[in-house]
Amino acid sequence: MTISRKDIEKVAVLARIKVDDEQVAALEKDLGNILDLVDQLGAADTDSVEPMAHPLDAVQRLRPDVVTETNQREAFQAIAPATEDGLYLVPRVIE
Amino acid sequence: MHNKSVAELSRELESGKVSSVELTQQFLDRLKAEDGKYNSFITISEEQALAEARAADELRAAGKATAWTGVPFAHKDIFCTNGIRTTCGSKMLENFVPPYDATVTANFKAAGAVCLGKTNMDEFAMGSSNESSFYGAVTNPWGLSSGDKRVPGGSSGGSAAAVAARLVPAATGTDTGGSIRQPAALCGITGLKPTYGRVSRYGMIAFASSLDQGGPMARTAEDAALMMNVMAGYDPKDSTCIDREVPDYTATLNEPLKGLKIGLPKEYFSDQLSPAMEEQVRNAIREYEKLGATVKEVSLPNARLAIAAYYVIAPAEASANLSRFDGVRYGYRCEDPKDLMDMYTRTRAEGFGTEVKRRILVGTYALSAGYFDAYYLKAQKVRRLIQQDFINAFKEVDVLMSPVSPTPAFKQGEKNTDPVSMYLEDVFTIAINLAGIPAMSVPAGLVDGLPVGLQIIGDYFSEARLLNAAHQFQQVTDWHQREPQ
Amino acid sequence: MQWDIVIGLEIHVQLATQTKIFSGSSIAFGAEPNTQANAVDLAMPGTLPVPNEQAFRYAVMFGLATNAEIGRRSVFERKNYFYPDLPKGYQTTQLAQPIVGPGYVDIDLADGSTKRVRIHHAHLEEDAGKSLHEDYHGMTGIDLNRAGTPLIEVVTEPDMTSAEEAVAFARKLHSLVTSLGICDGDMSQGSMRFDVNISLKPKGSDTLGTRTETKNLNSFRFMEQAIAHEVERQMDILEDGGVIVQETRLYNGDRDESRSMRSKEEANDYRYFPCPDLLPVEIDDAFIEDARARLPELPDARKARFKEHYGLNDYDAGILSADARLAAFFEQTVEHGKDAKLAANWIQGEFSARLNAEEKSVAEAPITGAQLGALVTRIADNTLSSAGAKKVFEALWSGENDDVDAIIEAKGLKQVSDTGALESMVDEVLAGMPDQVAQYQQESDPKKQKKMLGGFMGPLMKASKGQGNPKLFNEILVRKLGG
Repeated sequence: MTISRKDIEKVAVLARIKVDDEQVAALEKDLGNILDLVDQLGAADTDSVEPMAHPLDAVQRLRPDVVTETNQREAFQAIAPATEDGLYLVPRVIE
Repeated sequence: MHNKSVAELSRELESGKVSSVELTQQFLDRLKAEDGKYNSFITISEEQALAEARAADELRAAGKATAWTGVPFAHKDIFCTNGIRTTCGSKMLENFVPPYDATVTANFKAAGAVCLGKTNMDEFAMGSSNESSFYGAVTNPWGLSSGDKRVPGGSSGGSAAAVAARLVPAATGTDTGGSIRQPAALCGITGLKPTYGRVSRYGMIAFASSLDQGGPMARTAEDAALMMNVMAGYDPKDSTCIDREVPDYTATLNEPLKGLKIGLPKEYFSDQLSPAMEEQVRNAIREYEKLGATVKEVSLPNARLAIAAYYVIAPAEASANLSRFDGVRYGYRCEDPKDLMDMYTRTRAEGFGTEVKRRILVGTYALSAGYFDAYYLKAQKVRRLIQQDFINAFKEVDVLMSPVSPTPAFKQGEKNTDPVSMYLEDVFTIAINLAGIPAMSVPAGLVDGLPVGLQIIGDYFSEARLLNAAHQFQQVTDWHQREPQ
Repeated sequence: MQWDIVIGLEIHVQLATQTKIFSGSSIAFGAEPNTQANAVDLAMPGTLPVPNEQAFRYAVMFGLATNAEIGRRSVFERKNYFYPDLPKGYQTTQLAQPIVGPGYVDIDLADGSTKRVRIHHAHLEEDAGKSLHEDYHGMTGIDLNRAGTPLIEVVTEPDMTSAEEAVAFARKLHSLVTSLGICDGDMSQGSMRFDVNISLKPKGSDTLGTRTETKNLNSFRFMEQAIAHEVERQMDILEDGGVIVQETRLYNGDRDESRSMRSKEEANDYRYFPCPDLLPVEIDDAFIEDARARLPELPDARKARFKEHYGLNDYDAGILSADARLAAFFEQTVEHGKDAKLAANWIQGEFSARLNAEEKSVAEAPITGAQLGALVTRIADNTLSSAGAKKVFEALWSGENDDVDAIIEAKGLKQVSDTGALESMVDEVLAGMPDQVAQYQQESDPKKQKKMLGGFMGPLMKASKGQGNPKLFNEILVRKLGG
């Protein structure tokens, strides 16, 4: 299975990763090879096989609805790229 | 001191012959002097280590010491450590100092262990050679004398190299597709990937959530057992962690192996394996026969599909897990973003390395509209077939044995131009992660002066039995004691 | 051309839990920015979600109240997209296996008819944070306190055919979730947010037209206006031979305008897949029975009871039963005020008018049902005239005094109902107005006579210093003049 340049560009936008033309060319080859490897899956007979999301057939535990967290804004914002008045700052979001 | 095991150091501390502060200082001095050759650490946390050592000595004086109190070790730089930089091998987290501990980190602290620092790793644990680290490749202590710089394996290559070079007696690792076992094999140490859900993943930076599992890396099975006693256990902060009693993993190390039924998966003794490697592995299995085990061939018919399934599931999960690295709340943000889109795309293009980006893109593609069924769902079905193979095999035998890697440590730069050839490095380890069962790598010989690992694979929650089998082997062989030349 | 309107709703309901859906952070409203965002909410590396049991209990209660199937095994999925107020880069939500399956709600329409609106499903998910677009040096500020607040998203079938029906459904849902106590229903704070899917088709056609989605309407009035606006917009396009573009639109209620949110549409591919950090949630019989046991009286049952027990008419019973807090206030008023009809009038009249004027909710009302009940009692036993009652209400509302009888006493509002005293006042006044008395007695038209009575009331009220019971004065006057 091949992957086109257009596919790569589309996927790069979805993944929010900037790629230049040179990288797209390299990715076309590398991703193509990886997808060739992956295409072996087609050979498996998986009719009537249930998909397996987790190794163990466990079920979810639920947590009691009790507040356990305290305000640690200062510690968390000390490692943030940009903050002001307790807010995280990002380039203007246009709706 | 640096040649002693965790168990031995623990006894030294217990006897009072040495204090934790003295021991820690000795290890730190040696680490700082020697690691230039290996680049096995990203961060050495000297100050915190000495503080922990002082606290450990006080704890011991107060009569509250455990086996770990005052013993130095290191964490793979994927485990969050409160107040100590945690990079995950990435530029993205170059300045990330978490204000919280991973559960594994907290467990070692509670036991009084002394963390010397954070070991190098493939970026976000994606790699089999430790060459994708933003902090430089790690050099395998083995084979240096011949002038070649060889890879330590990956992604826990820093931990493996550090333990092999006697910089620390033990280190934590994580294993998503072989990342504990393969570097353990390539560096001649002992490593265990536990059953999925046995060790909490909280605070362990996620690569592929349904496959990742933390585990011990040490020189001996006994030390790995001591680490498991600290690492294993239920954690209410990890929904996928299993609430199940944790045995004392050291208690059963000396059980005799007579009657142990060993299965050899024929698919793992194929032409992918070099004859010299196969010879070493078969020699090791003969040692087990001498210890009273019986051997039979078994089949894992779907194992050949493991790599294909893995390279859908792991990148798909990773593509979402790594979306949080967006330059908003922590970590790297590009210079002067002109708008929001520019901030996202440049932050991620500049903050992630080539292999990480490749896998994010593969995963994004596999999940995107029109391909979900063909890739992701199909891979999950194949995953069940692979699991079923193991379940069937364990109806016949107690453990499976196989090689860990198809070749010994290869030279740096040899495989990193072709991602697929690198992926094939994990051909014998990946199916185990898909099934979620535990497996070990145990030093079992040398080929051309380079270590060879024996993989011992067990049924769910059979870690104690694997450690027992490894320990008994280490009573009659000395491969695990060999030092890199 | 004649058109059929087809409307479906998606409603986000914030659950009134103590903590977030996947972490132990408080969700109390109004905290300083990012002080209720912990490591999990901020998507710090390595952190993991653990679901809140109460969110599941509330979702199950909602399912039971809407006659729905409960998802015995529900699965969280990741919906992948980048937005600064979405810390993980994906929203944890449910898709293929939601907690609440198909159900329905019956709505009452103005013409007295009832209509069934089917619910396709309702699923649990996490809310995003808030983007504050005030100018921070040309930057946007992000507050993640709301990130991770539990929501149920209710998705209806496209069963509604007018704004009236859509709003009736929305009100019914509001009434349901507030009665259940699973949502505070405070729409101004975003506790319920409505997305409206609208399409038109030629009258009688079986083929659905292309639909648009108008997002984030947070009042019933805006919802009604937005539907009218969008129906008109689509009708104009279709009648000009144009085609409707499937898109998300944003309605500006202040300007009655809408515009396309193309930025949100851009290459949407959410790449849903089951969240590997969470396991399937299994709901057993015991959990469902426990939730059922917690169900309070629901609006329909309450309305029937109000009619039956208090003798209210359909209209009054409908209004007073819809809002759980208003219903509770009414019952408290009746308990202390005895006269249910009078209580109903006062709650729908003076009380509601004041709440509306001051934009307050029932919970924020400065008076209690017990106080209003005491007031109603004093009206019913003729202690207060209606003018006096308004003065007492005013004093209660302003907080001047919290005791009805004390206010009556202090302000001298007690009516004189002693017939003997009133009779002598009437005699005195009539004696001083012989001309008017004569005029009255000569008049043969009873209507005009009735009007002329008013002329005596002024001097009578004056004579009684405003405390004479007007009803009694009237009776005495008629008797004396007629005699």
